[in-house]
Amino acid sequence: MNFSIYDFTGFVSSVDLWLRSNFPPLVADLTGFVIIAICFLTFVTLLGLSLVYIERKVCAFFQQRLGPMRVGFWGTAQTIADIIKLIFKEPLITKNSDKFLFNLAAFIVIVAPIMAIAAVPFAKGLHVLDFDIGLFFITAISSIGVTGILLAGWSSNNKYSLIGAMRSGAQIVSYELSVVLSLLTIIVLTGSLQLSVIIESQRDGWWIFKGNIPAVIAFFIFIIASTAESNRGPFDMAEAESELTAGFHTEYSGIKFAFFFLAEYINLFIIAAVGATVFFGGWMPLHIGNFEFFNNVMDFIPPIVWFFGKISMLIFLIMWFKWTFPRLRIDQLLTLEWKYLLPINLINLLLMSLVALNGWHF
Amino acid sequence: MTIPDYKNDLTIIDESKPETQEYFINMGPQHPSTHGVLRLLLTLDGENLKKVEPHLGFIHRSIEKMCEKDSYQQIVHLTDRMDYLSCHINNEAVCLCVEAGLQMEVPERVKVIRTIIDELNRLSSHQLWWGVMGMDLGAITTFLYGFRDRELITDIFEETCGARLTMNYNVPGGLMFDIHPNFQKRTKDFITYFRKKLPEYDDLLSNNIIFTERTKGIGYLSKEDAISFGVTGPTGRASGFACDVRKRFPYSAYDRVDFKEIIYTEGDCFARYKARIDEMWESMKIIEQLIDNIPEGEYKEKTKAVIKLPEGEYYQRVETARGELGVYIVSDNKKSPYRVKFRSPGFSNLSALDTMARGNKIADLVATMSTLDLVIPDIDR
Repeated sequence: MNFSIYDFTGFVSSVDLWLRSNFPPLVADLTGFVIIAICFLTFVTLLGLSLVYIERKVCAFFQQRLGPMRVGFWGTAQTIADIIKLIFKEPLITKNSDKFLFNLAAFIVIVAPIMAIAAVPFAKGLHVLDFDIGLFFITAISSIGVTGILLAGWSSNNKYSLIGAMRSGAQIVSYELSVVLSLLTIIVLTGSLQLSVIIESQRDGWWIFKGNIPAVIAFFIFIIASTAESNRGPFDMAEAESELTAGFHTEYSGIKFAFFFLAEYINLFIIAAVGATVFFGGWMPLHIGNFEFFNNVMDFIPPIVWFFGKISMLIFLIMWFKWTFPRLRIDQLLTLEWKYLLPINLINLLLMSLVALNGWHF
Repeated sequence: MTIPDYKNDLTIIDESKPETQEYFINMGPQHPSTHGVLRLLLTLDGENLKKVEPHLGFIHRSIEKMCEKDSYQQIVHLTDRMDYLSCHINNEAVCLCVEAGLQMEVPERVKVIRTIIDELNRLSSHQLWWGVMGMDLGAITTFLYGFRDRELITDIFEETCGARLTMNYNVPGGLMFDIHPNFQKRTKDFITYFRKKLPEYDDLLSNNIIFTERTKGIGYLSKEDAISFGVTGPTGRASGFACDVRKRFPYSAYDRVDFKEIIYTEGDCFARYKARIDEMWESMKIIEQLIDNIPEGEYKEKTKAVIKLPEGEYYQRVETARGELGVYIVSDNKKSPYRVKFRSPGFSNLSALDTMARGNKIADLVATMSTLDLVIPDIDR
């Protein structure tokens, strides 16, 4: 096996080759699926755990306190303890709720982002689903999650949950537009929805630098809209704990509550991953045109480090929003989308088309 | 789209939405933003509020009735538990009332110390309010910032009178102890510190576009309504009602300090917010004028072990952090009063909530309630 931290293609194909040479084709395929599924489930769990810990620490430092400190070194085992607590908690279901939909909602909410994560390119060769509609797949699949939220709100038979779910539905459907349009602005330049092609097109520089002013505008719209789409503060209208107690997941407890919680953080990761891939070149190191020496130095840092570094920056940015800004009101939120972001986005798309046609980008 | 004028016409039926019907939500008694056990019965049409009915009584401890059994020294303790965020000011109201009944002149030193601690208390109350206000609007960080600065004041209280929240520092005739030797220095240090920190509050909330959008023009209360509901304190003054008891009916040392009565005329949430922020500056000004000029003398006038007020009725009003607190004592020359009535600011302020919130959204109700700065034990007593 030729393992390299710079290029996983060889490693992945040698694993594949080994499976195919030792087992019949069907078993080899199935084993491959199972290995990938186990990898992803482990990754998602670790991701959820670490993001919860990071969020608590980041928020604590913004608020001039220490955050979890008691369990494990610097409280690192705190989230594990919390998860264990949530697993052992009684899953309460309210008497008048629609029990089938109530249970289904939690699974839809968690399944959608886990499916979307399959198309995320982690590093060169470390990419499960790389088809020609990759970006479309991520945005489409991750927006299935809103069905879960609506179901949760409806089936809980609780007025707070229902208001939260309705808010959330209006919000996610609206902001979906801005997210997709801002991504389309970059797609105009790449000419492909395939994520590996998008990354490859940034070999001589990331789109945020190469794409002229429209790319910067698109990035700002993307970061606002995707924060809103993931129901995080300052757009956490659906939860709005000071208004609706806990919004759509008021009635959920135990492990099903943990699903909602985990889904929020996986969504956060996906947003950051899409943002990093489209605007900051994914795992592609920072290259400046034909500046050979600089490019070689940057290539020395493994792509997976670049990928997670960029994602961490974006996640930190989104957390920063949450712990700084007050929450918007629902009508202001929709006004922001339909009266400001959407028109700006459409004009920006037109502008980008002009830039692309005239070759004004770098 | 025009929003139906629910504020003035409750019988409006929106013909364009024949399927909609109004529904009720019980907000509280367990709800994060009612700040205690307040139950609001909301009548809603979608997210628009048609009616807000406060239901009280969840934390009623019959303080007024208990006062009829207690001696005058003991009544002071009970008032701590009403508006616990301006406990010292509550205590002072009772003490001033009893002292007026006894026709007793307290030493100058007592008056000045009481005033300083009043203002510190007001500051700490407003700091907590500011933090909670941010939290109600979704900015949780402000809560910790408010508490960070409030902590310094509670430390001063702790050193001076041994308690952090329910201080119980006043007794009829003066103070329970003299001030701690460090009191003046620590208070001055705090003022220097807080003068630097208060602009940070503006950076974090007042100048934030989301915050101003959420509060400007929301929860409007006209001057006429404010007067007819008896809304006092910063809430009333934000509607243009000049009702500062410290200015109108000075007590303790307020007649000798120079401060501005903060008056805004907008009457919305933002005006109430600004009124409190400005009041913090004024409080610091008052403390600075007095802290170096505490007269020497006794910290307590001698009173009899059993105080008996002469037969009659006594009324004293003070300005707490929330508004005008009135203490009305009817005495029949016994060791405990015949009847005590507290006119608490929170109760009157809450009564205007329906007028303010009607026609707004649920999120606006939270903002409006937050700017009223409700303390539920003060409302229920």
